[in-house]
Amino acid sequence: MSTATTHAVDCTECAAPVTLARTPLLGEVIRCGDCGVELEVTALHPLAVELAPQVQEDWGE
Amino acid sequence: MRVALLYSRIRVEERMLLDALERRGIAHEALDVRTLRFDLDDPAPWGRFDVALERCVSQTQALACVRTLEAFGVPCVNPAAVIDACGDKLATSLLLSRAGVPQPRTRVAVDPESALAAIEEMGYPVVLKPTVGSWGRLLARVHDRDAAEAILEHKATLGSVQHGVFYIQEYVRKPGRDLRVFMVGDEAICGIVRTSPHWITNTARGGRAGALALTPEHRRVGAAAARALGGGVLAVDLLECPERGLLVSEVNHTMEFRNSVEPTGVDIPGRIVEHVLSVAATAGVAP
Repeated sequence: MSTATTHAVDCTECAAPVTLARTPLLGEVIRCGDCGVELEVTALHPLAVELAPQVQEDWGE
Repeated sequence: MRVALLYSRIRVEERMLLDALERRGIAHEALDVRTLRFDLDDPAPWGRFDVALERCVSQTQALACVRTLEAFGVPCVNPAAVIDACGDKLATSLLLSRAGVPQPRTRVAVDPESALAAIEEMGYPVVLKPTVGSWGRLLARVHDRDAAEAILEHKATLGSVQHGVFYIQEYVRKPGRDLRVFMVGDEAICGIVRTSPHWITNTARGGRAGALALTPEHRRVGAAAARALGGGVLAVDLLECPERGLLVSEVNHTMEFRNSVEPTGVDIPGRIVEHVLSVAATAGVAP
Protein backbone atom coordinates (compact mmCIF):
# COMPACT_ATOMS: atom_id res chain seq x y z
CA MET A 1 0.00 0.00 0.00
CA SER A 2 1.19 3.50 -0.83
CA THR A 3 0.03 6.70 0.90
CA ALA A 4 0.22 10.49 0.58
CA THR A 5 -1.45 13.53 2.13
CA THR A 6 -2.65 15.32 -1.01
CA HIS A 7 -4.41 14.21 -4.19
CA ALA A 8 -1.22 12.61 -5.27
CA VAL A 9 0.07 9.19 -4.47
CA ASP A 10 2.94 6.96 -5.46
CA CYS A 11 2.21 4.09 -7.83
CA THR A 12 2.52 0.80 -5.98
CA GLU A 13 4.03 -0.83 -9.05
CA CYS A 14 6.65 1.63 -10.29
CA ALA A 15 6.72 4.28 -7.52
CA ALA A 16 6.04 7.11 -9.99
CA PRO A 17 3.90 9.95 -8.60
CA VAL A 18 0.26 9.82 -9.71
CA THR A 19 -1.63 13.09 -9.43
CA LEU A 20 -5.43 13.20 -9.39
CA ALA A 21 -7.32 16.09 -10.96
CA ARG A 22 -10.35 15.66 -8.69
CA THR A 23 -10.98 14.59 -5.15
CA PRO A 24 -10.86 10.81 -5.37
CA LEU A 25 -13.61 8.44 -4.29
CA LEU A 26 -13.22 5.13 -2.52
CA GLY A 27 -13.10 2.37 -5.10
CA GLU A 28 -12.12 4.74 -7.90
CA VAL A 29 -9.80 3.24 -10.47
CA ILE A 30 -6.96 5.37 -11.77
CA ARG A 31 -4.16 4.64 -14.16
CA CYS A 32 -0.48 5.28 -13.56
CA GLY A 33 0.77 7.49 -16.35
CA ASP A 34 4.24 6.00 -16.15
CA CYS A 35 3.77 2.23 -16.07
CA GLY A 36 0.10 2.04 -17.08
CA VAL A 37 -1.18 -0.21 -14.28
CA GLU A 38 -4.64 0.32 -12.86
CA LEU A 39 -4.75 1.40 -9.23
CA GLU A 40 -7.75 1.34 -6.93
CA VAL A 41 -8.26 4.00 -4.27
CA THR A 42 -8.51 2.10 -0.98
CA ALA A 43 -8.38 4.98 1.54
CA LEU A 44 -8.90 8.73 1.41
CA HIS A 45 -7.29 10.10 4.57
CA PRO A 46 -4.50 9.64 3.85
CA LEU A 47 -4.93 8.78 0.22
CA ALA A 48 -3.90 5.21 -0.49
CA VAL A 49 -4.02 2.96 -3.53
CA GLU A 50 -3.47 -0.68 -4.30
CA LEU A 51 -3.18 -2.57 -7.56
CA ALA A 52 -6.72 -2.85 -8.93
CA PRO A 53 -8.17 -6.37 -9.14
CA GLN A 54 -7.54 -8.20 -12.39
CA VAL A 55 -10.40 -8.74 -14.80
CA GLN A 56 -12.56 -11.72 -13.86
CA GLU A 57 -14.43 -14.01 -16.21
CA ASP A 58 -17.84 -12.49 -15.45
CA TRP A 59 -16.73 -8.87 -15.76
CA GLY A 60 -18.13 -6.75 -18.50
CA GLU A 61 -20.99 -4.58 -19.60
CA MET B 1 -35.84 10.40 -2.71
CA ARG B 2 -32.64 8.49 -2.02
CA VAL B 3 -30.73 6.58 -4.67
CA ALA B 4 -28.22 3.78 -4.09
CA LEU B 5 -25.52 3.48 -6.71
CA LEU B 6 -24.06 -0.02 -6.52
CA TYR B 7 -20.51 -0.39 -7.78
CA SER B 8 -17.49 -2.61 -7.52
CA ARG B 9 -15.10 -0.07 -9.02
CA ILE B 10 -15.62 3.59 -9.76
CA ARG B 11 -14.75 4.18 -13.38
CA VAL B 12 -15.35 7.24 -15.51
CA GLU B 13 -18.97 6.14 -16.03
CA GLU B 14 -19.75 5.90 -12.32
CA ARG B 15 -18.16 9.32 -11.76
CA MET B 16 -20.37 10.77 -14.48
CA LEU B 17 -23.48 9.19 -12.94
CA LEU B 18 -22.59 10.49 -9.48
CA ASP B 19 -22.06 13.95 -10.98
CA ALA B 20 -25.47 13.73 -12.66
CA LEU B 21 -27.09 12.88 -9.32
CA GLU B 22 -25.23 15.75 -7.65
CA ARG B 23 -26.33 18.24 -10.30
CA ARG B 24 -29.96 17.29 -9.73
CA GLY B 25 -29.61 17.55 -5.97
CA ILE B 26 -30.68 13.92 -5.52
CA ALA B 27 -29.67 12.33 -2.21
CA HIS B 28 -27.59 9.29 -2.94
CA GLU B 29 -25.11 6.81 -1.55
CA ALA B 30 -22.39 5.10 -3.57
CA LEU B 31 -22.16 1.55 -2.24
CA ASP B 32 -19.19 -0.70 -2.92
CA VAL B 33 -20.90 -4.10 -3.16
CA ARG B 34 -17.76 -5.78 -1.87
CA THR B 35 -18.46 -4.21 1.52
CA LEU B 36 -22.19 -5.03 1.70
CA ARG B 37 -23.75 -7.62 4.02
CA PHE B 38 -27.40 -8.51 3.69
CA ASP B 39 -29.36 -10.05 6.56
CA LEU B 40 -32.26 -11.78 4.83
CA ASP B 41 -34.33 -11.52 8.01
CA ASP B 42 -33.78 -7.80 8.33
CA PRO B 43 -34.50 -5.82 5.16
CA ALA B 44 -35.37 -2.68 7.14
CA PRO B 45 -31.98 -0.91 6.73
CA TRP B 46 -32.42 -0.99 2.96
CA GLY B 47 -35.77 0.74 3.15
CA ARG B 48 -33.94 4.07 3.15
CA PHE B 49 -33.44 3.65 -0.59
CA ASP B 50 -36.21 4.40 -3.07
CA VAL B 51 -34.31 2.95 -6.00
CA ALA B 52 -30.93 1.38 -6.76
CA LEU B 53 -28.80 1.89 -9.85
CA GLU B 54 -26.58 -1.13 -10.43
CA ARG B 55 -23.16 -0.44 -11.99
CA CYS B 56 -20.99 -3.43 -11.03
CA VAL B 57 -18.40 -4.83 -13.40
CA SER B 58 -19.05 -8.31 -12.03
CA GLN B 59 -22.31 -9.77 -13.26
CA THR B 60 -22.32 -12.33 -10.46
CA GLN B 61 -22.02 -9.70 -7.76
CA ALA B 62 -24.56 -7.48 -9.48
CA LEU B 63 -27.15 -10.20 -9.77
CA ALA B 64 -26.81 -11.32 -6.15
CA CYS B 65 -27.17 -7.78 -4.81
CA VAL B 66 -30.01 -6.76 -7.10
CA ARG B 67 -31.96 -9.96 -6.43
CA THR B 68 -31.66 -9.28 -2.73
CA LEU B 69 -32.60 -5.62 -2.93
CA GLU B 70 -35.60 -6.38 -5.12
CA ALA B 71 -36.73 -8.98 -2.60
CA PHE B 72 -36.39 -6.28 0.05
CA GLY B 73 -38.70 -4.04 -1.97
CA VAL B 74 -36.12 -1.72 -3.53
CA PRO B 75 -36.70 -1.24 -7.28
CA CYS B 76 -33.50 -1.64 -9.25
CA VAL B 77 -32.16 -0.42 -12.59
CA ASN B 78 -31.73 -2.78 -14.22
CA PRO B 79 -33.99 -5.45 -12.69
CA ALA B 80 -32.48 -8.81 -11.79
CA ALA B 81 -34.34 -10.59 -14.57
CA VAL B 82 -32.81 -8.23 -17.14
CA ILE B 83 -29.29 -8.66 -15.73
CA ASP B 84 -29.77 -12.42 -15.77
CA ALA B 85 -30.96 -12.42 -19.38
CA CYS B 86 -28.34 -10.02 -20.71
CA GLY B 87 -25.48 -11.68 -18.84
CA ASP B 88 -25.93 -15.00 -20.59
CA LYS B 89 -25.72 -14.99 -24.38
CA LEU B 90 -27.83 -18.12 -24.66
CA ALA B 91 -30.59 -16.59 -22.53
CA THR B 92 -30.36 -13.42 -24.60
CA SER B 93 -30.63 -15.32 -27.88
CA LEU B 94 -33.58 -17.38 -26.68
CA LEU B 95 -35.51 -14.25 -25.69
CA LEU B 96 -34.64 -12.51 -28.96
CA SER B 97 -35.71 -15.59 -30.88
CA ARG B 98 -38.99 -15.87 -29.01
CA ALA B 99 -39.73 -12.21 -29.76
CA GLY B 100 -38.79 -12.54 -33.43
CA VAL B 101 -35.91 -10.06 -33.17
CA PRO B 102 -33.35 -10.60 -35.95
CA GLN B 103 -30.02 -12.04 -34.82
CA PRO B 104 -27.18 -14.09 -36.32
CA ARG B 105 -28.01 -17.77 -36.84
CA THR B 106 -27.08 -19.49 -33.58
CA ARG B 107 -26.63 -23.07 -32.45
CA VAL B 108 -25.87 -24.44 -29.02
CA ALA B 109 -24.36 -27.73 -27.88
CA VAL B 110 -23.11 -29.02 -24.55
CA ASP B 111 -20.58 -31.54 -25.81
CA PRO B 112 -17.51 -30.92 -28.00
CA GLU B 113 -18.44 -33.56 -30.59
CA SER B 114 -21.97 -32.22 -30.86
CA ALA B 115 -20.55 -28.71 -31.11
CA LEU B 116 -18.28 -29.80 -33.96
CA ALA B 117 -21.23 -31.36 -35.76
CA ALA B 118 -23.22 -28.15 -35.30
CA ILE B 119 -20.34 -26.09 -36.71
CA GLU B 120 -20.01 -28.36 -39.73
CA GLU B 121 -23.75 -28.10 -40.34
CA MET B 122 -23.56 -24.30 -40.21
CA GLY B 123 -20.53 -24.04 -42.45
CA TYR B 124 -17.39 -21.99 -41.97
CA PRO B 125 -16.54 -19.44 -40.78
CA VAL B 126 -18.36 -19.45 -37.47
CA VAL B 127 -17.83 -17.53 -34.25
CA LEU B 128 -17.50 -19.33 -30.92
CA LYS B 129 -18.44 -17.20 -27.93
CA PRO B 130 -18.48 -17.89 -24.21
CA THR B 131 -22.04 -17.53 -22.92
CA VAL B 132 -20.78 -15.39 -20.02
CA GLY B 133 -18.30 -12.60 -20.53
CA SER B 134 -17.97 -9.31 -22.29
CA TRP B 135 -15.61 -6.79 -23.83
CA GLY B 136 -14.97 -9.11 -26.76
CA ARG B 137 -12.96 -11.54 -24.67
CA LEU B 138 -12.49 -15.18 -25.70
CA LEU B 139 -14.28 -14.84 -29.01
CA ALA B 140 -12.94 -17.11 -31.72
CA ARG B 141 -13.56 -16.87 -35.44
CA VAL B 142 -13.19 -20.40 -36.78
CA HIS B 143 -12.36 -20.94 -40.43
CA ASP B 144 -11.95 -24.71 -40.72
CA ARG B 145 -12.37 -28.06 -39.02
CA ASP B 146 -8.80 -28.19 -37.70
CA ALA B 147 -9.26 -24.92 -35.85
CA ALA B 148 -12.70 -25.96 -34.61
CA GLU B 149 -11.40 -29.22 -33.15
CA ALA B 150 -8.51 -27.44 -31.43
CA ILE B 151 -10.61 -24.66 -29.93
CA LEU B 152 -13.35 -27.01 -28.75
CA GLU B 153 -10.79 -29.26 -27.07
CA HIS B 154 -9.10 -26.32 -25.41
CA LYS B 155 -12.41 -24.94 -24.15
CA ALA B 156 -13.51 -28.34 -22.83
CA THR B 157 -10.16 -29.02 -21.18
CA LEU B 158 -8.92 -25.66 -19.95
CA GLY B 159 -12.07 -23.65 -19.43
CA SER B 160 -14.39 -23.47 -16.47
CA VAL B 161 -17.51 -25.62 -16.61
CA GLN B 162 -19.37 -22.72 -18.22
CA HIS B 163 -17.17 -23.15 -21.30
CA GLY B 164 -18.76 -26.56 -21.75
CA VAL B 165 -21.73 -24.72 -23.21
CA PHE B 166 -20.76 -24.16 -26.84
CA TYR B 167 -22.47 -21.11 -28.29
CA ILE B 168 -21.92 -20.99 -32.03
CA GLN B 169 -22.92 -18.19 -34.37
CA GLU B 170 -22.58 -17.60 -38.06
CA TYR B 171 -19.89 -15.06 -38.89
CA VAL B 172 -21.64 -11.98 -40.25
CA ARG B 173 -19.59 -10.23 -42.93
CA LYS B 174 -20.15 -6.79 -41.50
CA PRO B 175 -18.56 -3.75 -43.16
CA GLY B 176 -15.66 -3.26 -40.71
CA ARG B 177 -17.89 -1.82 -38.04
CA ASP B 178 -20.80 -2.51 -35.77
CA LEU B 179 -23.45 -0.27 -34.27
CA ARG B 180 -24.63 0.38 -30.75
CA VAL B 181 -28.01 1.82 -29.87
CA PHE B 182 -28.40 3.18 -26.35
CA MET B 183 -31.85 2.41 -25.03
CA VAL B 184 -33.28 4.16 -21.97
CA GLY B 185 -36.74 2.88 -21.25
CA ASP B 186 -38.57 2.71 -24.55
CA GLU B 187 -36.43 5.36 -26.22
CA ALA B 188 -33.32 5.03 -28.34
CA ILE B 189 -31.48 8.09 -27.03
CA CYS B 190 -28.43 7.89 -29.31
CA GLY B 191 -26.14 5.53 -31.12
CA ILE B 192 -22.54 5.02 -32.07
CA VAL B 193 -20.60 3.34 -34.82
CA ARG B 194 -17.63 1.29 -33.66
CA THR B 195 -14.96 0.92 -36.30
CA SER B 196 -11.93 -1.32 -36.20
CA PRO B 197 -9.60 -3.06 -38.64
CA HIS B 198 -10.04 -6.11 -36.38
CA TRP B 199 -13.18 -8.22 -36.73
CA ILE B 200 -13.83 -7.65 -33.01
CA THR B 201 -14.96 -4.02 -32.87
CA ASN B 202 -15.54 -3.54 -29.12
CA THR B 203 -14.12 -0.26 -27.86
CA ALA B 204 -12.58 -2.33 -25.05
CA ARG B 205 -10.55 -3.99 -27.81
CA GLY B 206 -9.52 -0.79 -29.54
CA GLY B 207 -12.58 -0.02 -31.68
CA ARG B 208 -13.14 3.70 -32.33
CA ALA B 209 -16.52 5.22 -31.54
CA GLY B 210 -18.26 7.78 -33.75
CA ALA B 211 -21.78 9.14 -33.79
CA LEU B 212 -24.51 7.13 -35.46
CA ALA B 213 -27.42 9.04 -37.00
CA LEU B 214 -30.26 6.85 -35.80
CA THR B 215 -32.68 5.72 -38.48
CA PRO B 216 -36.18 4.44 -37.83
CA GLU B 217 -34.81 0.94 -38.41
CA HIS B 218 -32.08 1.36 -35.79
CA ARG B 219 -34.72 2.58 -33.35
CA ARG B 220 -37.15 -0.19 -34.21
CA VAL B 221 -34.65 -3.04 -33.81
CA GLY B 222 -33.11 -1.46 -30.70
CA ALA B 223 -36.50 -1.10 -29.06
CA ALA B 224 -37.56 -4.62 -30.04
CA ALA B 225 -34.39 -6.07 -28.51
CA ALA B 226 -34.77 -4.02 -25.33
CA ARG B 227 -38.39 -5.09 -24.95
CA ALA B 228 -37.45 -8.74 -25.50
CA LEU B 229 -34.88 -8.55 -22.71
CA GLY B 230 -37.19 -6.79 -20.26
CA GLY B 231 -36.33 -3.14 -20.86
CA GLY B 232 -34.41 -0.64 -18.77
CA VAL B 233 -31.04 0.95 -19.52
CA LEU B 234 -29.51 -1.18 -22.25
CA ALA B 235 -26.94 -1.00 -25.02
CA VAL B 236 -28.05 -2.98 -28.05
CA ASP B 237 -25.21 -4.01 -30.36
CA LEU B 238 -26.12 -4.43 -34.01
CA LEU B 239 -24.40 -6.01 -36.98
CA GLU B 240 -25.17 -4.86 -40.51
CA CYS B 241 -25.69 -8.03 -42.50
CA PRO B 242 -25.47 -7.38 -46.26
CA GLU B 243 -28.28 -9.89 -46.87
CA ARG B 244 -30.58 -9.65 -43.85
CA GLY B 245 -30.11 -6.12 -42.57
CA LEU B 246 -29.68 -5.32 -38.89
CA LEU B 247 -28.98 -8.26 -36.57
CA VAL B 248 -28.72 -8.01 -32.78
CA SER B 249 -25.39 -9.40 -31.61
CA GLU B 250 -25.78 -8.72 -27.90
CA VAL B 251 -27.54 -6.61 -25.32
CA ASN B 252 -25.57 -5.06 -22.47
CA HIS B 253 -27.11 -4.32 -19.09
CA THR B 254 -24.33 -2.20 -17.52
CA MET B 255 -23.37 -0.22 -20.53
CA GLU B 256 -20.22 1.82 -20.79
CA PHE B 257 -20.55 5.23 -22.37
CA ARG B 258 -17.45 7.29 -21.61
CA ASN B 259 -16.48 7.35 -25.28
CA SER B 260 -20.02 7.96 -26.52
CA VAL B 261 -21.11 11.20 -24.82
CA GLU B 262 -18.77 13.43 -26.81
CA PRO B 263 -19.44 12.04 -30.32
CA THR B 264 -23.21 11.81 -29.81
CA GLY B 265 -23.61 15.06 -27.89
CA VAL B 266 -26.16 13.29 -25.68
CA ASP B 267 -26.01 13.51 -21.90
CA ILE B 268 -26.16 9.74 -21.44
CA PRO B 269 -25.55 9.72 -17.66
CA GLY B 270 -28.19 12.43 -17.26
CA ARG B 271 -30.69 10.39 -19.22
CA ILE B 272 -29.90 7.31 -17.13
CA VAL B 273 -30.44 9.23 -13.90
CA GLU B 274 -33.75 10.62 -15.20
CA HIS B 275 -34.84 7.06 -15.96
CA VAL B 276 -33.82 5.89 -12.48
CA LEU B 277 -35.90 8.68 -10.94
CA SER B 278 -38.86 7.74 -13.10
CA VAL B 279 -38.60 4.11 -11.96
CA ALA B 280 -38.69 5.27 -8.36
CA ALA B 281 -41.64 7.54 -9.13
CA THR B 282 -43.52 4.69 -10.79
CA ALA B 283 -42.87 2.59 -7.69
CA GLY B 284 -44.73 5.23 -5.71
CA VAL B 285 -42.06 7.62 -4.51
CA ALA B 286 -42.33 11.35 -5.07
CA PRO B 287 -39.22 12.63 -6.89
